[in-house]
Amino acid sequence: MNITSPDFKENARIALKDVGLQKALGNVKTGFPHKRATAMERLPEFDQLRDEARDLKNHIIEHLDLYLEAFEAKVLENGGHVHWCRTSEEAQKTILKICQEKNAKTVTKGKSMVTEEINLNEYLEANGVTPVETDLGEYILQLRGEHPSHIIAPAIHLNLEDVSETFHSHHHKPKSMDPAVLMQEAREELRNKFVAADVGITGANFLVAETGSSIIVTNEGNGDLTQILPKTHIVVTSIEKVVPTLEDMTLFLRLLARSATGQEFTVYNTLSTGPRQEGDQDGPEDYHVVLVDNGRSEMIASELREMLRCIRCAACMNHCPVYGAVGGHSYGWVYPGPMGSVLTPQMIGIEKGALLPNASTFCGKCESVCPVRIPLPKLMRYWRRNEFEKHLTPKTSRWGLGIWGFFAKRPALYRQLSKLSNATLRALSRKQARISKLPLARGWTEHRDMPAPSGKTFMQLWADKQQGQNKPQSEHYS
Amino acid sequence: MNTYKNQPVVGLFITCLADLYRPEVGFATIQLLEDAGCKVEVPSQQTCCGQPAFNTGDFKQSAAIARQTIEAFDGYQYVVAPSGSCISMLHHYPELFDEKDPWKKRAEDLKARAFEITSFLVDVLQHSLSPSTFNSSITYHDSCSGLRELGIKDQPRQLLTQVEGVEIKEMQESETCCGFGGTFCVKYPDISNRMVGNKTHNIVDAGATTLLGGDLGCLLNMAGKLQREGHDVDVRHVVEVLAGMTDQPALGETKSTVKAG
Repeated sequence: MNITSPDFKENARIALKDVGLQKALGNVKTGFPHKRATAMERLPEFDQLRDEARDLKNHIIEHLDLYLEAFEAKVLENGGHVHWCRTSEEAQKTILKICQEKNAKTVTKGKSMVTEEINLNEYLEANGVTPVETDLGEYILQLRGEHPSHIIAPAIHLNLEDVSETFHSHHHKPKSMDPAVLMQEAREELRNKFVAADVGITGANFLVAETGSSIIVTNEGNGDLTQILPKTHIVVTSIEKVVPTLEDMTLFLRLLARSATGQEFTVYNTLSTGPRQEGDQDGPEDYHVVLVDNGRSEMIASELREMLRCIRCAACMNHCPVYGAVGGHSYGWVYPGPMGSVLTPQMIGIEKGALLPNASTFCGKCESVCPVRIPLPKLMRYWRRNEFEKHLTPKTSRWGLGIWGFFAKRPALYRQLSKLSNATLRALSRKQARISKLPLARGWTEHRDMPAPSGKTFMQLWADKQQGQNKPQSEHYS
Repeated sequence: MNTYKNQPVVGLFITCLADLYRPEVGFATIQLLEDAGCKVEVPSQQTCCGQPAFNTGDFKQSAAIARQTIEAFDGYQYVVAPSGSCISMLHHYPELFDEKDPWKKRAEDLKARAFEITSFLVDVLQHSLSPSTFNSSITYHDSCSGLRELGIKDQPRQLLTQVEGVEIKEMQESETCCGFGGTFCVKYPDISNRMVGNKTHNIVDAGATTLLGGDLGCLLNMAGKLQREGHDVDVRHVVEVLAGMTDQPALGETKSTVKAG
């Protein structure tokens, strides 16, 4: 996948002018936040569950090695295999090796952001294995040669007409604008692929240490067919997904569905516990779990540790006004929105991801809706600090900040600077009380006027007032 | 300096934007505090809260400014500002110092004494306003830092209902960011423009004569956009209305349209 995060500003500019995208983004803004709010209202203990989930995740991260080893032991006991992969490359190779051992030509795939993260599809294709996405949104994107723009609604940037056009050109059937017809078309196309697949790859929303199970939650049921029909099931997931018990898992499921789509529970909650056992009606003969680290262990020891609580619900991006304006592709890599602005620099390097943690007003909405209370603005600020210390912050910002800081640390000089700025702005306004063009603040005046100061600085007027206590107050600030 | 003839002594943190753009906001804040029985002083060693440095990741510079602010307000029973954003920054000061650093404790101490004006009047002083009139419909923008870091939502509205003649017409998405975001508005002007455009749309839809808020950064942003789009909505800091000081023109206007009674 081509990383375009360094072009975030240009991506955003194009996105803001993209009429179709803007129409599609309108649906994010009105849909998800409203549904989440309604679901929350119906569960008075929602905030209490968030606290519990935060604390439990902290506990898990503290003892991550213990729970992962317990999980592994159970998977092995159940007859499955566990593969530990430090990097994307290790994970790619491990998965390809399993596919090759099975002589696999086609693999069906359930929706998985970790497989996006490790760029699995391109790798498999380059090595003669054809991946087939079975989640409807992912399937549409695969036909179009695109990547997800959202972590739970991958094709949210598209409108019905886009899907209609794509299906028409790939399925060679009459063009339809009826979602039900389009859905049926996708079903028919995918049905044969489900049956023909040699290997099924899914992600996992959670891993359960006490049973060695993985769980996926979907609203389409495609994941079930992906993992039950082929002879081999590979679960590709990341190390922070483990939870101690099934009961703990249900706590997160309750929060996940409500935070993500506003559902009380996702439609399909499918547990996989090892390969088919004697007497089982169905299930794979072979069950593999590929555990991807990809920088996460490092996060445990860093200030980004709290990010490992993330359960990938997408509430942060659904409520983010920046995401809502520019969409997920502008962020230029796999994870968009506030959670992506924290994760991406860790995974692709801060040099490439530098603009992302800056693309926030720190409005705090993301943190306020996070089901596991991740302080996202604080973590984005961590990256800004990292950039500043590595001298990645643009030179103009550094100079500006340096000059401003010089004055800000010298109160008497700062007074003079304010006084001068105040007088200059008032002069520029030419008694119109506002300025429509300001040479050094074009970013501001290109789009809006700059109201001019209404009088002298407060500090000047206050000093005058202190000197002439006897005069009536109104004389000093009119 | 803690008390003065049994009055609470408040150090006014004027904030850069009120100092530079809108001195009336400072005087209105002082009047509100004095009406509520406080003695107000304006420490001369204050400058900026340091937020631009903090949010750019320059923690060293932020810490230097934090120490200066802590010194400037040393000994005041309370520190009050007409801004949720700057007070939130003061609340971040403890993050700038290590556990063993003696400044950490002083930063915690300042945090405990620092309040945004409407929250101070309602939550700390539980004060009722002196009678005043403002014959206008208003809509209120909840600025992000005040709302989500300090819990300011009902306080300004509670005070506004005590002003004769005020009719509150809530806008859609009053809690959504206006796109100002400090340096964000000049670093990402296109995105900021979209956000403030969404905001002015909701403001105009609310059909109020006046837009009020508690942070001048946001207010300058929204006023500038409303004016560029040619909308006839007055923009003021909430303290101007609460203190009955609305004779001066609204932000970016040459004449006052709504007269105080």
